[in-house]
Amino acid sequence: MDDAIVFTLNGKQVRYAGSATARLLDVLREDYRLTGVKCGCREGECGACSVILDGRLANSCMVAMGRVDGGTVTTIEGYRETARFKALDEAYASVAAVQCGYCIPGMVLASECILAKNPHPSEAEIRVGISGNLCRCTGYNAIVKAIGIAAKEGEGLW
Amino acid sequence: MREISEPVPKKDHAAKMDGSAVYVADWPHKDMLHGKFIRSPHARARVVEIKLPPLPAGYFAVDKNDVPGINEVHIVMDDTPVYANETVEYIGEPVLMLVGPDEDEVKRLADETQVVYEELPPVLGIRNFDTVFFDYRYDKGDVAAAFAAADQVYEEEFETGYQEQAYLETQGMIARYSDGKVAVHGSMQCPYYIHGAVAKATGLAADKVRIAQDITGGGFGGKEAYPSILACQVAVAAYKAGGRPVRVVFDRREDMEYTSKRHPSLCVYKAAVKDGRVTALDIDILYNAGAYTTLTAVVLQRGVIAASGAYNIPNLKVRGKGVKTNTAPSGAFRGFGGPQTFFAIEMMMIHIAKALGEDSLAFRLRHLARQGDTTSTSGRYHFPVPLPAMIEAVDQASDYRRKRAEYSKAQTGRFRKGIGMSLWFHGAGFTGSGERDHIKAVARLRKRPDGRVEVLASQTDMGQGIKTTLCKIVAKELSLPLERVFYENPDTDRVPDSGPTVASRSLMIVGELLRQCAIQLRERWRDGEEQTVEEHYKEPDFLLPFDLDHFQGDAYPTYSWAVAAAEVQVDSLTGVQEVLGAWGSFDAGTPIDQNILRGQMEGGFLQGLAYASMEQMEADGKGRIRNNSLSDYIIPTAMDVPVMEAQAYVEEYPDGPYGAKGAGELPTVGGAAAYLGAVEQALGGASLGRIPFGAEDALSVLRADAPKEVG
Ligand code: FES
Ligand code: FES
Repeated sequence: MDDAIVFTLNGKQVRYAGSATARLLDVLREDYRLTGVKCGCREGECGACSVILDGRLANSCMVAMGRVDGGTVTTIEGYRETARFKALDEAYASVAAVQCGYCIPGMVLASECILAKNPHPSEAEIRVGISGNLCRCTGYNAIVKAIGIAAKEGEGLW
Repeated sequence: MREISEPVPKKDHAAKMDGSAVYVADWPHKDMLHGKFIRSPHARARVVEIKLPPLPAGYFAVDKNDVPGINEVHIVMDDTPVYANETVEYIGEPVLMLVGPDEDEVKRLADETQVVYEELPPVLGIRNFDTVFFDYRYDKGDVAAAFAAADQVYEEEFETGYQEQAYLETQGMIARYSDGKVAVHGSMQCPYYIHGAVAKATGLAADKVRIAQDITGGGFGGKEAYPSILACQVAVAAYKAGGRPVRVVFDRREDMEYTSKRHPSLCVYKAAVKDGRVTALDIDILYNAGAYTTLTAVVLQRGVIAASGAYNIPNLKVRGKGVKTNTAPSGAFRGFGGPQTFFAIEMMMIHIAKALGEDSLAFRLRHLARQGDTTSTSGRYHFPVPLPAMIEAVDQASDYRRKRAEYSKAQTGRFRKGIGMSLWFHGAGFTGSGERDHIKAVARLRKRPDGRVEVLASQTDMGQGIKTTLCKIVAKELSLPLERVFYENPDTDRVPDSGPTVASRSLMIVGELLRQCAIQLRERWRDGEEQTVEEHYKEPDFLLPFDLDHFQGDAYPTYSWAVAAAEVQVDSLTGVQEVLGAWGSFDAGTPIDQNILRGQMEGGFLQGLAYASMEQMEADGKGRIRNNSLSDYIIPTAMDVPVMEAQAYVEEYPDGPYGAKGAGELPTVGGAAAYLGAVEQALGGASLGRIPFGAEDALSVLRADAPKEVG
C-alpha cells in the first residue's frame, strides 16, 4: 500500500510520496523548502546543488528520488547546526571566502567531505576535493585557505 | 597599512554561509505565475504569424501588443524591443512569453506554440558587417609624419572571442502589478537603470515603479543591462496578469546562449618605429555588438581610449567601430571593453620588441607613461604611475626575468615552458563626464533614534563586498561599531539614485559621498533623534573636461594599475596548456578591506587568465551559440591555476575615500597577454594574436614548419 520513499533528511526520517524519478534537487527545494540547496545548472556540472548523500558529496540535480530510499541526506540546513559548521563558518569569514554566496552551501558540504575523509588535507587535496564545485567569484584561493584554517582551528572535530 | 584596511567579517557572510540567503529563485512560488519565452530559432527573420494552442483558463500569452508603454528597453539607446517587433534579429530573441500557474503546463503550451517566420539573410561574423552602430575616431599628434619618418613599420591583427560571465546564479526576475503600481525584484546590478526602463515600457509614472534587488549571485557586468530587458518583459506580463506575481528564472543554457557576453573584437594595429621607439600607432578596432546596441557605445569608448595601453605614444590615430551582427547583443563584462585592446597593445609591443631584438619587458618599460604625461586622449596622468615598482614586485614574486631568459633557450622535450608579463590600467569610474552629466549620484545616511545608522544608496552587493566596505567607511567617520551601521539591499522606494554598480565606481564615488555624509552627520549629531543627511556628487576640479565627440581631455580622473606574470607549460604532444603559476600586483589605491580587495584581485585575475586560455564560445554558421552549458563552456575549477598570487600595491587617490580607487574590474583586464606571451615562448617564439588559445591552436603552431613572423 505504501511505496513512499523513506529517507533521513537532516537527521529526521521523512516520507516522500511523489515520483521516484523526481530530482532530489527539486524535491529538496520545492517540497521541503530547503533553498540553501542551489541550482546552478541542473546538469551535474557546477556543484551548487551539492548535498551529502550517505556520507558522500553528491550533485542533487543528478540524483533521482528512487536512489534516496533508505538513505541519508544532509543539506546545508542540517549541517549548519553542527560544531563542524561553526568551525568552517569562522574560517570562511576570517578570509572573506564568501562572495556572491551562490556556490557556498555546496562548498561548505564539499569542505565537510574533504575533512571527514582526511582531517589534515594538503592544499592539493583540498583543491581536488572542491574541484567539482565551481565558484566564479573568488578564484578559489580564499576557499582553499579557509578549509585549511578550519582543519587547524577545528582540530579534533574531524 | 591604514586602519580601515584591516579585514572584518563581511556583512553578508552569515546568511550566505548557512544557506538562509534568499535569491530570486528561492522565493516561495506556489502562488506565482511562471513565464516562459518563445524565442526565435532564426538569426534573422520576419515574424509572419503566431499560432497559439488553445490556452486553458489562467494561461495567457504576452507579446509586443501587450506593452502598455513603449516597446523599447531604455538602456543607452533604446533600440532593443521589449518583445520582438516585425523582425527578429538573433537566435533566441524573445517573441512572446507564455504565462500560467503550472510550470510544466506552461512548458507544454510553449512547445505547442507555433511561430511562422520568413527567414531573412543574417549578417554573421565580425568581418562581414554591413551596419555600423558606432564609429569613433580620435587623433593625437601627427601620425602621417611619424609614419613617413619611421625606420620600421609593423602591422598585425588581433582577435578575441566571446567571454561569458557565467555568474553562478542565472538571471531571474519577479514582477507584480497591483493598485496601479508595478514592483519588480530579482538578480541585478543597477536598480535605477531598471527603474527607468520599466517606467518607459509600462508607461507608468516613476513613483508607480518599484525595483528592489534580491541577493544577487554574481554579476560581473552580465547583470548591468540585461536585467533591464528581462524586467521589462516580466513587468509587462505582470501588468497583464492582474495582481498575480509573474516569475521568470532562466535555466543555464538559456542564460548562456541568449544573454549578453563580452564583445568579440578584431583589431588591426600599425606601428611606426623610429630609433627603436614606437612613435605612432594607427589603430582600427571592431567590436561585435550583436543585434542591438545595448551597452556597446560605452564598452567601445573604453576600449578605444585604452588602445595604446599604458604607454606614452606621441602620435595616435584610433578608430573604433561597434558593428551589428545577427547574434545575441554583446554587453558588459568586467573590464568593459578594456580587455580586448589591452590584449592587442600588449601583444603588439611584445612582437615589436622581438622584431627589434630587444627584451620585451625592457622595451615596454622604455615606453611607459609617467605622471604628467598626456593620455591617449590628450588628458593627463595627474597622479604617479607606479608600474615600474609593480613590475619589480611581480618579478620578485614570479622570478620572471630569470625564467624568461631560461625558457628562451631551445626546448625540445615534450613539456615546454614559457613565462609572459602584461601591464595595464583601468580608468576608474565612468568614462568622460558620465558621472557628472548622467549619473548625478545622490547618497544618504539616516540615523535612527536608537543611534543606528542606515546607508541609503542604490549600490548592489553581488559578492564584491560593497555592503561591508560602505558600512566600514561610515562607521569609521562616525566612530561607531560596525554593527551599528547597516545597509539593506537597495529598493528604489527607499533609496536615492546613487548610480549603478558598474565601472568600478561604487567605492570610489559613492564611498566618498557616504564619507562626506558621515562627516556631516557627525557634525550635526543629536542623540535620540532621527536624522537624515545627503550628499551630491561633485566633479574633482583638477579634471580637463572630456569632449566625447573628439575624445579629448581626461577620460578618467585617475587610473588603477596592474602587472601580471603567467607561467605556462605546453604539452607538445597534445597541445594542452597548463598554468604553472600566475602572479599579479594590483593598485586599486587604499584597500577598504584587505580581504575583500584580495577576493576581487584573485577572482578577477583568474577570469582574465581563463579569457585567454579555456573560455571558448563561438556562434556557428547559422548564428547559434553552441557552447551553452558548463560542460561546453569551461570555466576554471580549483585545480586549473593552483598557484595564483595577487598582491596589492597602494598608490592613494586623494579624491577617493581614504585613498581608494576603482578595484572591481582591474584584475580581469589584462591577464590575457601575460598568458599568451607565455604560450608564445613555450612554443619557441611563435607570434600569436588570437584568444582564446586552446590545445588545437597550439598543435597547429607546433605542426607548422616554421613559426609565422610578424611585420
Ligand atoms: S545544479 Fe547540480 S551540478 Fe549544477
Ligand atoms: S562566491 Fe560566487 S560563485 Fe562562489
